[in-house]
Amino acid sequence: MALLQISEPGLSTLPHQHRLAVGIDLGTTNSLVATVRNGISVVLNDENGRAMLPSVVRYLAEGSVAVGEVAQAMQSEDAANTIVSVKRFMGRGLKDVGEVSRLPYRFADSGGMLQLRTIAGAKSPVEVSAEILKVLRSRAEAALGGELVGAVITVPAYFDDAQRQATKDAARLAGLNVLRLLNEPTAAAIAYGLDNAAEGVYAVYDLGGGTFDISILRLSRGVFEVLAANGDSALGGDDFDQRIHCWLLERNRLSALGPQDTRLLLTHARAAKEQLTEHAEARITAVLSTGELIDSILTRSEFQAMSQNLVQRTLQPMRRALRDAKLGIEDIKGMVMVGGATRMPQVQHAVGEFFGQTPLTNLDPDKVVALGAAIQANLLAGNRSADDWLLLDVIPLSLGIETMGGLAEKIIPRNSTIPTARAQEFTTYKDGQTAMSIHVVQGERELVSDCRSLAKFELRGIPAMVAGAARIRVTFQVDADGLLNVSAREMSSGIEAAITVKPSYGLSDAEITRMLQDSTQHAQDDMQARALREHQTEAEQLIEAVQHALEQDGDLLSQPERAQIETQMSALRDTLHVADHLAIKRAVSALNDATVGFAQKRMDKSVSSVLAGKNISELETK
Amino acid sequence: MQLASFDFQQNHFQLFGLAQSYRIDTAQLEQQYRALQALVHPDKSAHLPDAEQRLAMQRATLANEAYQTLRSPLLRARYLLSLYGVDIQEENNNVMPLDFLTSQMEWREAVSEAQQERDVSALEKLEARLQHETRELEARLAVKIDTEKNYAAAAEAVRKLRFMERIAEEIHAAYDAIDV
Repeated sequence: MALLQISEPGLSTLPHQHRLAVGIDLGTTNSLVATVRNGISVVLNDENGRAMLPSVVRYLAEGSVAVGEVAQAMQSEDAANTIVSVKRFMGRGLKDVGEVSRLPYRFADSGGMLQLRTIAGAKSPVEVSAEILKVLRSRAEAALGGELVGAVITVPAYFDDAQRQATKDAARLAGLNVLRLLNEPTAAAIAYGLDNAAEGVYAVYDLGGGTFDISILRLSRGVFEVLAANGDSALGGDDFDQRIHCWLLERNRLSALGPQDTRLLLTHARAAKEQLTEHAEARITAVLSTGELIDSILTRSEFQAMSQNLVQRTLQPMRRALRDAKLGIEDIKGMVMVGGATRMPQVQHAVGEFFGQTPLTNLDPDKVVALGAAIQANLLAGNRSADDWLLLDVIPLSLGIETMGGLAEKIIPRNSTIPTARAQEFTTYKDGQTAMSIHVVQGERELVSDCRSLAKFELRGIPAMVAGAARIRVTFQVDADGLLNVSAREMSSGIEAAITVKPSYGLSDAEITRMLQDSTQHAQDDMQARALREHQTEAEQLIEAVQHALEQDGDLLSQPERAQIETQMSALRDTLHVADHLAIKRAVSALNDATVGFAQKRMDKSVSSVLAGKNISELETK
Repeated sequence: MQLASFDFQQNHFQLFGLAQSYRIDTAQLEQQYRALQALVHPDKSAHLPDAEQRLAMQRATLANEAYQTLRSPLLRARYLLSLYGVDIQEENNNVMPLDFLTSQMEWREAVSEAQQERDVSALEKLEARLQHETRELEARLAVKIDTEKNYAAAAEAVRKLRFMERIAEEIHAAYDAIDV
């Protein structure tokens, strides 16, 4: 909608009902969904009162899919069809997954994102993740008694573009409207910061099942500003399980095990790891498929010794994040611990030692991300509350393009506040050249081969000119989800170049469409009805907003301008009673177009009043 | 970049309601930036249709760019001189005073030596000294631009600042290289 409800910051301009929105923590090991109810963020439990949904998806022969506890219970028996920790595969190719031989899956390598061969056919990690999201969506809709306006999905701060895009695609597949991809440590900081009215610089240390993030944030007067983020998107609690697993193999002189036994021992390894948080030793007993009995005792000090270098690997990203933030250890007021793996005493000890103070553990490390995501979702859905806040996040990894000699030239440096954009001019090197290709990579290294390939953009339709005469201005735009969009224009002719994107690890739009069709065959009618309701609601809200704006700022418009808006508004009203969501959509966008100029005028008025010497505190006290 | 009008008719200083000069009140800049983002940030329009969200993204992008530019002494000087129509000739003018070039070589050698020796405290000392010299140069730059309006001399100072920024980048890279 073109009309901004900004006439008075802090005051709602629209009477509206509560819009249902959720925050989803799509974790490596467990996933959660939370929402804001009566002003308080709460995690939504399943019918058995469980908050955490194990991120486990099992494909069955007859075509059905089991998710969560039921799938987890079968992970040893049916290891090849039961996908655990799928988050590690999001936006990743087969060569990125180091431990392939130790995993009980049959992988398919199609060049881009890897696929998993299951009894139900080859599945992309995006499809597997969508199954988890679908369960959480149903849980939320059942609990809230209505359809969701949208969801905030959290991602590790150190996720690259391909991993973020894969997450967003999974949400689309699950029928969720993604309000925002939110970085997990940032979500935790929101939950912690709002709860404790925190001010100052905080470090969020987030060690999840499969990813590690460190974010440095400055909290002040309702602004959450990420100063730097760093991490390791392939380091987490799973790696600690793997260490115990390897130790068990050595200890019991076992050679390569089948998928079932591998999964069995990994499950026991994880239980032992959790036990060692409270106890000095853990006993691991299991019977392998060969009938062999495993019975080993692991002590805490043995475990700490074998996992010491994993803990050490989190220190380097911390140092780098501090340097990027241009801060010292003494500037950090507190460390918020997030992720189940931060329960391990050796992790808490290492973080405490690094910062010279005891980490903050007064919040549930498993739930804080979902709780923060729900708070942000509530805000983004348009449910304005008394306290409004501003979130300024960053892109974690530099974006670059390939130049001569396989070198990466940085175009957007890491830790740039998003949204951000950078325009770069290119020219043709041959007479009559009408196409060119731009290879976009992400990472800090100098060689393209050491960075992650994101996509190759093919520009076509460049007007034929002599070499060097065409000036193609390519704009790299990173949006508030941290996702890259590229557009191009030939400057001398003004011709928009057509761009074809070949994502290196993502899914093409055609693939997404096919998956959507597959997954929604049965739900076609529902979708139609849902689309109609959504568009009707949107139309009603738009009409209400336009009317309100006309009452308030109608004087900014000339008579013809106003007449134009009113014509479109009445056209939109006429479509409301027709069961055709496309007609409503067209009328909505016509009214939107008609109000662009009006919105601009209102925006100018509002901006100039804000910047006319007022400061934030004055606005807040209104 | 294509942005709607509210942003584009204004330069970065006007956007934040600041006087157009090299010396700026950074606290005021930050306050104005935050006030502006509180209005235009895409989070404020996430519940609105796509067209509105795109507009918000473009406005917030510009606000970020303007803020990053004005916050950095080097970028601010470069931007200000471009507003004055001064060509800084950063790409093609490498004619620097000999003593400056000599000192640059010494800096480079010192950084690379510290990196080879994996000597973090040496790097820290170099960084502190570089920061001190950079502040001094920035102070001289302020006089050249704001007081003397000697833009040719200011352009040379900007070129020097760019050299010093490269040294800072090398120090940064050296930390990363040591800290494997």
